Amino acid sequence: MSIKIENLTHVYNPNSPFQTIALDDISFEIKDGEFVGLIGHTGSGKSTLIQHLNGLLKPTSGKIFINDVNIAAKEVKLGDIRKNVGLVFQYPEHQLFEETVYKDIAFGPANLGLSGEDIVTRVRESMDLVKLPFELLKDRSPFELSGGQRRRVAIAGVLAMKPDFLVLDEPTAGLDPKGRDEILEQIKNLHQQVKNTVILVSHSMEDIAKLVDRIIVMHRGKVSLMGSPREVFKEVEVLESIGLGIPQITYLMKKLKENNINLKQDILTIEEAKEEIIKWIRGNSNA
Amino acid sequence: MLKMIEVDKVTYDYSNNEQEVIALNDITLEVKQGEFVVIIGHNGSGKSTLAKHLNALLLPTEGDVSVKGLNTKDEDKIWEIRQIAGMVFQNPDNQIVATIVEEDIAFGPENLGIKPSEIIERVSDSLKTVDMEEFRHKAPHLLSGGQKQRIAIAGVIAMRPNCIIFDEPTAMLDPSGRKEVIKTIKKLNKEEQITIIHITHFMEEAVDADRVIVMEAGDIVLEGAPREVFSQVERLKELGLDVPQVTELAHQLIQEGIDLPHDILTVDEMVMNLCQLK
Repeated sequence: MSIKIENLTHVYNPNSPFQTIALDDISFEIKDGEFVGLIGHTGSGKSTLIQHLNGLLKPTSGKIFINDVNIAAKEVKLGDIRKNVGLVFQYPEHQLFEETVYKDIAFGPANLGLSGEDIVTRVRESMDLVKLPFELLKDRSPFELSGGQRRRVAIAGVLAMKPDFLVLDEPTAGLDPKGRDEILEQIKNLHQQVKNTVILVSHSMEDIAKLVDRIIVMHRGKVSLMGSPREVFKEVEVLESIGLGIPQITYLMKKLKENNINLKQDILTIEEAKEEIIKWIRGNSNA
Repeated sequence: MLKMIEVDKVTYDYSNNEQEVIALNDITLEVKQGEFVVIIGHNGSGKSTLAKHLNALLLPTEGDVSVKGLNTKDEDKIWEIRQIAGMVFQNPDNQIVATIVEEDIAFGPENLGIKPSEIIERVSDSLKTVDMEEFRHKAPHLLSGGQKQRIAIAGVIAMRPNCIIFDEPTAMLDPSGRKEVIKTIKKLNKEEQITIIHITHFMEEAVDADRVIVMEAGDIVLEGAPREVFSQVERLKELGLDVPQVTELAHQLIQEGIDLPHDILTVDEMVMNLCQLK
């Protein structure tokens, strides 16, 4: 169970004046159960890449293996792929369409041909996962819920398909800090419970630093950096040159070093920074 | 200093499913000419409802809103008010109307009945202000999010407003797009003396404001200079809001008995203060 991408290239509007190379000979592998963060500024190819993962876009050249099946091959049934790879788009609440929360979440499982009882179970489970109270909300119209709740209904609709791979394109964009933390917490809990493979696209370096095992950095259709958050966030110059940043706290440690306060540089969270600084201050006073 | 906006005991309620929702609860607020005010608060706290009152998109159920002395309830003044107080929304795609950048920016002034030669001048000036001159003849849909948002801003500037209300203009942008837009907003305030009311979830964007207003359940619950507001880390967290990472760090270090000021807002201030402990 893995995603393997081999020499993937995607060209929009080929052989026309608008020709754009969106993905340029990309190769990498995501292992079963990994939590990967995908970052890159707008236009770097992130969205083009994730749309290949469930066959919404076909490669111009190259191969994409999902569980060892090359989904770019002609004979592959895309329905099977899409059952496995759940894609949560940006602003997924714009895709809600049903009269009730229940019907909206049940739409996917019903199309899988599941029985009535199984569908109820799936809807209930997915609502539990995103912390939406089933009894209270199932008969409500999704359109009268708050923004954060609508977002969670949309995510529940994807979770109800029980995908092995969950791809989320900026799931917290536009949410307030509390809504953001709740959704990320739920994605993290789900990942820990069922060990699914998660690919998270985000512009928040702070969130990425907190959550993922590995970061893939995209720039101009290529993978420019790949590694653990500690490895990737060390490359401040590279990240800044491609319009990205590092968590503020990591930046603080770098600035301290420039001012001759030499503390650990691969700091990702406030807690780690606090420990380092306290150690340093106590060391000073003992000296 | 002159008052740009006066919100006087404003209440706004509406019914949803036969349930009455009080979106604004007896709010009083003044914004001076040239001020840079940031409004924060979680989703549903009433920020956007308040913003929509400031250029008469919504009218108060009770109380009054005045823009440069004009009451928003006065129907005859509504176009004047909207010309004084422009608005930029979260999604630039919803605000851009034309297929060529310059035509989009000309749309507002054209509707004001301004003569063509002046429109051309206004378009050039506005593009220059948002630093997008080279995109004058491009199609907006081919631009990045930050660029599109700057075009939307240029469209508002072309109306020559005294005040611009930004309703989460950076929520959909990547870090570099966000920087571009924030830089533009600050420039409008400093160089063009435009009064700014900026609604955001990104606390870093509030650091340079003259004043920060925190909303919760239709009320203003905290108000003051960024330093005063952000030093109340616990209170902000209760309200489901963030503080900048370094402010949070300072707060935690103080609790450990380390001698730091409560109002650290930026990385540089933190570095400076830690250097003094050396």
